[in-house]
Amino acid sequence: MIDALNQLFAYQFMQNAFLAGTTAAVLAGIVGYFVVLRGEAFAGHTLAIVGFPGAAGAILFGLPQLLGLAVLCTASGLGIGVLGRGALRDRHAESAAIGTIQAFMLGLGFLFVSLYRGLLEGVYSILFGTFLGVTRAQVVLLVAIALVALAALALIGRPLLYLSVDEPAAAAAGVPVRALSVGFLVVLGLAIASTALITGALLVFALLVMPAAAANQLVARPGLAMLASVGLGLVIVWSGLTISYFTDLPIGFLVTGVGFVIYAAARMARQLSGA
Amino acid sequence: MDLLDGMLAHEFMRNALLASTGIALAAGLAGYFLVLRGQVFAADALSHVAFTGGVAALAFGVSELFGLLVATVLAAVLLNSLSVASRAGDVEIGVFFALILGLGVLFISIYVSGHSTSNSTGGVGVLFGSVFGISAGQARTAVFVSVGAVLSLLVIARPLLFASVDSAAAAAQGIRVGVLGGAFLLVVAVVASEAVQVTGALLILGLMATPAAVARNLTTRPYAGMALSAGIALVATWSGLTLSYLVPTLPPSFAMMAVLFGLYLCSTGILNMQKERS
Repeated sequence: MIDALNQLFAYQFMQNAFLAGTTAAVLAGIVGYFVVLRGEAFAGHTLAIVGFPGAAGAILFGLPQLLGLAVLCTASGLGIGVLGRGALRDRHAESAAIGTIQAFMLGLGFLFVSLYRGLLEGVYSILFGTFLGVTRAQVVLLVAIALVALAALALIGRPLLYLSVDEPAAAAAGVPVRALSVGFLVVLGLAIASTALITGALLVFALLVMPAAAANQLVARPGLAMLASVGLGLVIVWSGLTISYFTDLPIGFLVTGVGFVIYAAARMARQLSGA
Repeated sequence: MDLLDGMLAHEFMRNALLASTGIALAAGLAGYFLVLRGQVFAADALSHVAFTGGVAALAFGVSELFGLLVATVLAAVLLNSLSVASRAGDVEIGVFFALILGLGVLFISIYVSGHSTSNSTGGVGVLFGSVFGISAGQARTAVFVSVGAVLSLLVIARPLLFASVDSAAAAAQGIRVGVLGGAFLLVVAVVASEAVQVTGALLILGLMATPAAVARNLTTRPYAGMALSAGIALVATWSGLTLSYLVPTLPPSFAMMAVLFGLYLCSTGILNMQKERS
């Protein structure tokens, strides 16, 4: 056991991967709680997809990948928030518009990757995650982003919770609904950028939605649910990294697989206790 | 004309044009109904499943089209029964998507470890299309399948339209709404499987939803909308292929998405101008 642990942390890249994974899991666990509560999983999916051209473009232009992710994810969070949901004629037109933007963004990411010749493997790691090659500098940037996002969330957390549970009442009580919603989408962009570094742009749900949805099944109190969400996220990312290190199975598969098992178990536990 | 002669001189280009013509018509037509019925997310789900089916076929060495068809048809059946039984929330759908994609990652790694690394581009083809790699046989299959899909859609167009706009009234008229919806999703699944070759699994949504969105911006008449949607998909794939031929650094699937996105922006602009005038 101790031997295995020593082996796991013998290399700096594994230390970096664990630091980055832990940071991402904490941030995504807390933000994810609000995502599930507010029913904004789909916005999360869209922001994550926009992260793909962000990451690929950053690599193409020689910038840090995390920076590209963070800039594009928060910018589009802001865009979605400001343009608003009601701007389009109806829900069907809205979903078609979102589909259009998603497809274009994925295509754009593919363009960047193919312009960046010689590293076709890079597509996989940007889309589906990698734990190799996380640098110390990235970890520092990641922690800074997480601190900013968590500080912002601490500031707006209480009214946001109120707003998410009962919007009309919150609006009547003078909570700035619009500003909070936009603010949350920006925080969501930061959380997704951080998560995408480890899980890849297409699999951010493994840390963003799966632990939060599982926690939601188990506990009702918001504070506890957030804690549980963070805890489950840590279990997912730590076990994913460990198994991936020892077996060579891809990290993207492991985090989604473990996440799904946890979510399914939580649902079953709830059903059993309810029956 | 020189450009056309030059393009058609290459066999890979002829195959690409042939296959994408059929697929674009079928995808544009199916997409119109998808948007009308509010099933864009079902198409999104199918495209995720198609990716996993495609790479699973690569990993286990079976025919790619077979893997795609099995995966998308199964998903269509599942989606149909789910939507009848209960309305799954977006958290459940999201969790399921992530799991499916995660499995796809596993299959990619099996495939890549079974081949030399230089040969690992097959998975990228599944993700983003490999339209210039379509063989004459694959192009023929694509045309047959597309013709079949377009014909079936035209046959069910009238009742499907009715059922999509007002399902309660359609059911009262004796239309079997559930069966019709299931049949429609099956056609979408088959079209999506074929479309993987042209746009790749991740970009199917662009070829299906965008032409329909453009068409709906320009006309409210259903049959005109269907024709327009199919026509726009066709224009986008042809001009995408041409652009990619002229500028080889542009991947064809990106060029198609760029044309579609441009058309979407223009049509939204036109719609807004009309609104302001009226």
